[in-house]
Amino acid sequence: MSNEPEVVITAYPDGPYLVRGAYKIVDANGNDIELTRRTVALCRCGRSSQKPWCDSSHKSFNFRDPAKTGRSTSRKKNTSDDPPSHL
Amino acid sequence: MTVAAESSVAEFPQRWEPPLPNSRGPITEVLFKALVGRPGALGKVPSNERDPLSDDDLHLALYACYEIHYRGFAGVDARWEWNPALVSFRGQLEQAFESALIECFRVTGEQDPSTVKSMLNKIANRSGPPLSRHLRDKASLADFKDYIIHRSAYQLKEADPHSWVIPRLEGKAKAALVEVEFDEFGCGRSERIHAVLFRTTMDAMGLDSRYGAYLDLIPGVTLAPINLMSMFGLHRRLRGAAVGHLAIAEMTSALSNKFVAEGLRRLGYGADATGFFDEHVIADSIHDMVALHDLAGGLLEQDPSLAGDILFGASAWAGVDAAFAQYVLDSWSRKEPSLHTPGGSRLS
Repeated sequence: MSNEPEVVITAYPDGPYLVRGAYKIVDANGNDIELTRRTVALCRCGRSSQKPWCDSSHKSFNFRDPAKTGRSTSRKKNTSDDPPSHL
Repeated sequence: MTVAAESSVAEFPQRWEPPLPNSRGPITEVLFKALVGRPGALGKVPSNERDPLSDDDLHLALYACYEIHYRGFAGVDARWEWNPALVSFRGQLEQAFESALIECFRVTGEQDPSTVKSMLNKIANRSGPPLSRHLRDKASLADFKDYIIHRSAYQLKEADPHSWVIPRLEGKAKAALVEVEFDEFGCGRSERIHAVLFRTTMDAMGLDSRYGAYLDLIPGVTLAPINLMSMFGLHRRLRGAAVGHLAIAEMTSALSNKFVAEGLRRLGYGADATGFFDEHVIADSIHDMVALHDLAGGLLEQDPSLAGDILFGASAWAGVDAAFAQYVLDSWSRKEPSLHTPGGSRLS
């Protein structure tokens, strides 16, 4: 992972942020949160009981993607008809 | 998530080959009688008028045919794997199963590729039999152990069937499938392989965690969804169905596994038993997105003609999985065993 040049954070439609690349995640005190996998999903709806991770709580209340309401944050070319929006 | 440091004790302490199960009817009688001998001729599949979506004899036979491609059985010559007579025998069983799946779950006509993701979301959001809620709120310890034994038929080889699909995909869809599979297989750490986490759960509950140890107890309705995965995985022409199945499985997994973990905690179990399920809440919240948007979405971008196959795989998986859940709930509500007795015959 340390050889990868960048971190890519992708907001998936009506779902969490997925993080890929060379990154570390720390808590409010700056302590490392253990990573056990290469790709992680960060809570975007605010309701996960296991923050910072997504635990699919967004499905319980029909979370809708704020990007769909007009916010434009894409700086990467999207090719899909219903693409994730790259931040 | 907390089992990793302790689980080295569960690392394959000895060589173990599962025994060939007992036969359950004319199909398995013919098959198992042949498998204990040298690879050679095998007769036609005996006719069977029972439901090809759940029949005990058909699905144990098909499961055993596939198992020879996975781990095999003690005393069964590994050369049976590509024996033409066995491949033909398996093909007859697959034809009966696939035809029934198509009849029940295939939507006729061309499917619009632009609607596939929303259709997959609809299939995932359909309410099914409330098995995981029952496990969370009500299931007894005995029922819970039954449930774990049912799940062992797949969970001890979790993600293996989908690995057949990797060489059949390319580009974005392949990268997505491998991203999911790498996670399923522990991201390079053998103690985090999901099948190993399930062994730890079984050990914590006092169950036999050896691969295939409970096969004689597991009914056809439980084996059918696993046979569906193997069939979709082993046939390149069904790669779209394999992708649709995996997308729905991942999209519906996190919350149900959360409920199962809560049920185990209700019964007093700790992290060694719940670790597998806790891991799936986090892992499948990732896989859900990857499987829908990158795997199914990626495959559709490459080949829009697979739209119908993707939806077929998704609907078929949801259907056979719901049949399993309903069977288990019905058995428990009638106070009947959901598993067979050791010896091959049914208690009920």
